[in-house]
Amino acid sequence: MSEQVFLLPDVGEGLVEADIVEWKVAVGDVVSLNQPLVDIETAKAVVELPSPYAGTVTILHGNVGDTIEVDHPLITFEVSDGEDATTSAAEPAATAAPAPEARTSVLVGYGVSNEDATPTRRHRRQGSATPAPAAAPAAAATPSVTPGASPRSTPPVRLYAKQHGVDLARVRGTGRDGLITRADVDALLGAGVATRLAAPATTSRFIGRDLEPWDSGPAEERIAVKGVLKTMSEAMTQSAFSAPHAVVWLRVDATKTVELLASLKSRPSLEGIRLSPLTIAALAVCDGARTYPGINSSFDAAASEVVVRRSVNLGIAANTPRGLIVPNVKDADRLGLVAMAQALNGLVDRARDNTTTPAEMAGTTLTITNVGPFGVDGAMPILPPGTGAILAVGQLVKAPWVVDDQVVVRHVVELSMSFDHRQIDGALASQFIAHVGAFLSDPAPSLIAG
Amino acid sequence: MIGEELIQLLTPEGQRVAHPEYESTLGGDEVFSFYRDMVIIRRLCNEATSLQRQGQLALWAPLQGQEAAQIGAGRALEPMDFTFPSYREHGIAWTRGVPPADMLRIFRATTTGGWDPQKYRHSVPTVVLGNQALHAVGYAMGVQRDGAEEAVMTFFGDGASSQGDVLESFVWAASFNAPIVFILQNNQWAISEPSSLQAKIPLYHRAHGFGFPGFRVDGNDVLAMYEVTKRALDNARAGGGPTLIEAYTYRMGAHTTSDDPTRYRIDAEVEMWKHRDPVERTKALLAREYKVKKAAFDEVAAEAETLALQLREDVLAMDAPDPITMFDDVYADAHPLVDEGRREMIELGVSVGPR
Repeated sequence: MSEQVFLLPDVGEGLVEADIVEWKVAVGDVVSLNQPLVDIETAKAVVELPSPYAGTVTILHGNVGDTIEVDHPLITFEVSDGEDATTSAAEPAATAAPAPEARTSVLVGYGVSNEDATPTRRHRRQGSATPAPAAAPAAAATPSVTPGASPRSTPPVRLYAKQHGVDLARVRGTGRDGLITRADVDALLGAGVATRLAAPATTSRFIGRDLEPWDSGPAEERIAVKGVLKTMSEAMTQSAFSAPHAVVWLRVDATKTVELLASLKSRPSLEGIRLSPLTIAALAVCDGARTYPGINSSFDAAASEVVVRRSVNLGIAANTPRGLIVPNVKDADRLGLVAMAQALNGLVDRARDNTTTPAEMAGTTLTITNVGPFGVDGAMPILPPGTGAILAVGQLVKAPWVVDDQVVVRHVVELSMSFDHRQIDGALASQFIAHVGAFLSDPAPSLIAG
Repeated sequence: MIGEELIQLLTPEGQRVAHPEYESTLGGDEVFSFYRDMVIIRRLCNEATSLQRQGQLALWAPLQGQEAAQIGAGRALEPMDFTFPSYREHGIAWTRGVPPADMLRIFRATTTGGWDPQKYRHSVPTVVLGNQALHAVGYAMGVQRDGAEEAVMTFFGDGASSQGDVLESFVWAASFNAPIVFILQNNQWAISEPSSLQAKIPLYHRAHGFGFPGFRVDGNDVLAMYEVTKRALDNARAGGGPTLIEAYTYRMGAHTTSDDPTRYRIDAEVEMWKHRDPVERTKALLAREYKVKKAAFDEVAAEAETLALQLREDVLAMDAPDPITMFDDVYADAHPLVDEGRREMIELGVSVGPR
């Protein structure tokens, strides 16, 4: 017996990944050549994959809903060595053709722009002498999607909704012909960027994978250190054992930030722009760096030099399906409220979609890690290598706060910041975090002045 | 729906019907061999689709549903006739003797062609929509000037019939009375566009406007396809000029493996066409009229199975050529720009030799 691994093929033209829709086989099943194995959904279509081997299924490399990259393992088989897989075909491949039965799932394809009851043609010529087309073509062109079928969206958005536990049936699509967009899902989540940086919905998520259940999984499991994990582990080790970390923290009354965000939300000119406390924190950090440039520095041990930079590449620690990555917003110190919001949203979207480019992860000078969505107050983060400070933003909670000697309920957030104590001393770090705190406790003047 | 003008000799139920101008000249053995061709090409096509789904082909264009249109037309050809296909004419390629594995080479991206067109009198697949109609008319005009007794046949679909290339080729064919037969396989869908949106008259009527005859044939009736095509080819060889044959058929599967037809067409339509299946009606005729037994049908199915496995084996054994060879057949002779492209590619280190 030998092991054969079926790698996910590019079933379209230039596709990079596909979602698992339905497994048609289970571990232990004996399958014949060309027997249907799985339905996958690509950006173009739901397709059924027939088995390239006759043998026994030993591993299914993913669960329903998981996204598999092209050329990554999909199924592992045990195939009898003496028997050429191609000679043990049992079933004709008729089933390999796209099944003609009704599919209610809705796909991104080409050529078709709508499939609900909206008119096929949007631009009817007014008062035209052109005769109306016969009834038959319109009828024939109407696909079989009926009310109550799954809502129209795209695979990345469906995945995104699923990761956040959002049922698309509850979402009203605002895209073309009622297409549900990422923004629509966000609107329902009502949380913007902050929530989107939260952990995936599954509790068993670890190093970019779903662990097997406690009771049924193996007693001990070994996971290869590679990919994002390798990058993360090397960076953390290098930083932790070269830069002496010190920490300062500060509790801040961020009520005015919360009120400002609430009032901006209803502004028509800001429609579609997702604003969150993180947006304000990012502006605060940049403002702090302008005021205290020493914080935007790094220690170059090899050259025996400290490097001070007069522009901020603001790193955002993002928990992605593949693990931790830190893409950055280039020249973030030059951005205003709207530009910052858009830059952060784009950054987070790409991190979620696994389309972050290497260039986006290079050259970080200052970092924010948004730990609040995990429900904690603070953290002692490790510096990304080559940076001087990293600010953790804790959860924004209602808490008793003393105002004019009265205990009142305010929106409170805790800031905690690690810094490289080789070049940054406690005084500078304290001044900086106090500046950021002041910004968050009364953002309007700084925003207007900045 | 289809109209009075449809030429049909065999109903979907496998019953013969009379037609005032055409009658089937085929005997039982010939009908059985047509049936065999259709079963085999359908099975090979299914295997190709599976191979694509398994990552062994970049793309595949299935022909399911169009077997009779292709086998009927292909079998009407004489050996010296020349054919210009699009990218879905696997059935024609089969009747011209092209080895099945060669049909898949271009879809595995291991060649820019797949076979020697002169050897099989069958040009390589043309993916540029409708372009082959121009090649075919040009070739037919050459046949005319050589004084050869050959006919030329070209194939395109309802979608390509809207292309300028096809309509220009109609003009030239008519003007020069070229010995050509245009086979328009109207499979009802130009990817997601229904043919009823592309043409406000039956497509075969277009030929009349250009000045040559056009016919609509039941494209799922292999007997009618054979007879009508044969007469058109004979007419072309005898100097009678071009003919347009609209094979009224249906694409049962996807446009290509990159397409999902469930997005744009309704199940009921597919179900309706299942009842018009070209293979089943031929089988019904053979069983009833020629008393062909189950064992004979089983034998054909087994043969198709064997050929499908052979096809799989051949495809899996195909080696990728050195990328640099892509420049070899662009022009017959040396060409400075092609040479420059080749040089640049070598400098870039793209060519790594056969893998």
